[in-house]
Amino acid sequence: MTPLRMLRVAVVLVVTAVVSLAVVRTAGFLGAQRSARAPISGETEGWASRTVWACDHRKAVVVEGVRADEKLPPQKAQEVAGLLSDLMRFCNEEVVARISSQEEITLSVNGLPFVDYIQGGELPVELVHGKVQHTDRDRAIWKAELDREIGEGNRLFHSDELGTNGLACAMCHPDASNTHPETYPKFQTQLKKVALLRDMVNWCIQNPLEGKVLPEDDPRMKALEAYILVKRTGTTLEPGKH
Amino acid sequence: MGINLTPKELERELRDRSHESESLIQSLFNCDRRHFLRVSARFAAMAAAAGAIQPHAFQLVDVAYAAATPDATPELAFRFAYVSDSHLYSRGMNHRFAKAALKAVEDVNALDPQPDFVLFGGDLAQLGRPEELEFGRQILSGLKPPVKMMVGEHDWYFDLGEKWREMFGADRYSFDHKGIHFIVLNSVVEDDFWTAKGYTPEQRMAIVAGLDDGRQSRFTVGEEQRDWLRKDLAKVPKNMPLIVFSHSPLYKYYRPWNFWTDDAEQVQALLFPFKTVTVVHGHTHQLLTNRIRNITFHGMLSTAWPWPYAPQGLPPLTLQMERADPFDQFDACGDGSVDVLKSGSVNANYNLWDRNPRTVTYAEVIKGLKGGGPSY
Repeated sequence: MTPLRMLRVAVVLVVTAVVSLAVVRTAGFLGAQRSARAPISGETEGWASRTVWACDHRKAVVVEGVRADEKLPPQKAQEVAGLLSDLMRFCNEEVVARISSQEEITLSVNGLPFVDYIQGGELPVELVHGKVQHTDRDRAIWKAELDREIGEGNRLFHSDELGTNGLACAMCHPDASNTHPETYPKFQTQLKKVALLRDMVNWCIQNPLEGKVLPEDDPRMKALEAYILVKRTGTTLEPGKH
Repeated sequence: MGINLTPKELERELRDRSHESESLIQSLFNCDRRHFLRVSARFAAMAAAAGAIQPHAFQLVDVAYAAATPDATPELAFRFAYVSDSHLYSRGMNHRFAKAALKAVEDVNALDPQPDFVLFGGDLAQLGRPEELEFGRQILSGLKPPVKMMVGEHDWYFDLGEKWREMFGADRYSFDHKGIHFIVLNSVVEDDFWTAKGYTPEQRMAIVAGLDDGRQSRFTVGEEQRDWLRKDLAKVPKNMPLIVFSHSPLYKYYRPWNFWTDDAEQVQALLFPFKTVTVVHGHTHQLLTNRIRNITFHGMLSTAWPWPYAPQGLPPLTLQMERADPFDQFDACGDGSVDVLKSGSVNANYNLWDRNPRTVTYAEVIKGLKGGGPSY
């Protein structure tokens, strides 16, 4: 027997036992579970409903048309138990299911809006990215792309190729220190105008490095900004100092 | 005394008298120190001619540097000057770092009285190239006092010190001067990180030249050199004051930037038995003060650029320089001198270009400098 199957059986047993013992009135096992959680929308707003939690505390079924203090009819209880054990397939998600008075089932996955659900079907997640769930491979690609952008910024920041006199940004700004990207935009007194980080980057390229300013949409500028911002994320802010 | 005027009154007085004075006053707002001396001399003459004030009242210029003149410091035994961290490329005298190094040479030559010698604190070159070292020697040859050379990592990691030693001799040595035992160390010895990776000399140098480049090893004095130091110190009486020159601080400030000497404790242990010990170091490009037991540490300024204080490990004794103005090449850079007192301890004079000069005296160090005052 697979662990998943064992879990399903366990859930069915727990829910069936609890429901059939009619401990649902006030202080029973499920009631205690529920009181520790915030009421789920619809439960207390004039609609009669009662909520049954699964033992993993991540799945719940809201039964509409049944008051919170009302005993679930045995058929309904079976239905709730069946639905909860079905939802246990989605171990990593937080799922709230609703069974309407018309017996329609809708699900909210991880706080997303309720959508229709057919028991035993796929997890109905409304994903914006072409309704495809992100895979580890996706995440690896995105990280690689991000690292490449930051890495290019890192390389440029330490390279003499932006200037003409051998100097590099990192000579005065090891680990991008003293760049203070968080302080922009600001009125840069020496420039006598409001400056963005890229304006100061360009100033440094033009003056200490004696190089040619970069167009603002230059990929090199973006890479430099990416490096500086990432490198300085999480450093202590010192208001008034910079 | 003549008529006592506040500077403002004097300014008004002089402005009323001539147009020339106005341009002079204007020039005071954007002049460097040498220029200031020149302008103030003319000012004094004009003021005297106008009967506004007697010339000697202008000797406030001298008063400002009183701590740096032997007459005003009766306990002064002698003085040496320093120039450090010039990071020269061989790109001609118009390169900004060359100009800065030349400025330091002029400063030292203008010291009156002249220092007994000048310490060059390491990092003469930027990328350790023979032509950079040659170029540096050419600039330093303008110094009138004798020069004591120390090596920095930027001088070393292209050819592992071959050219430097050929030009300047041993990278560690000691000498006695007026009752002080001086020691010059090579504190930038790194473990071999390049052979296994197959780095070329250029790559090796570029990696070490990157302050935040984690591919390199940490600086050390190394066992071999510590042995040499032990033997050298065996001949020195314990009550003879020591002054040690090292490129990196001989303590642990911030490891990721090699503001750090990995075997600092072992070197310090060799120095603890002596009564009076001062370490003067380069590399950190900032005003830096520390004391560990009997050892006082002073960081030297760079002529090329200032470094921000590291995010951790700053010795609490340090009175921090305010952040440098990037729009002023010389701000927070400079050179300096060290007044060796008859006691063998020292006062460190920071000649910060375009800022007020600052002296960190031995008395202040012992008292425990308190932060929160004016920053420099």
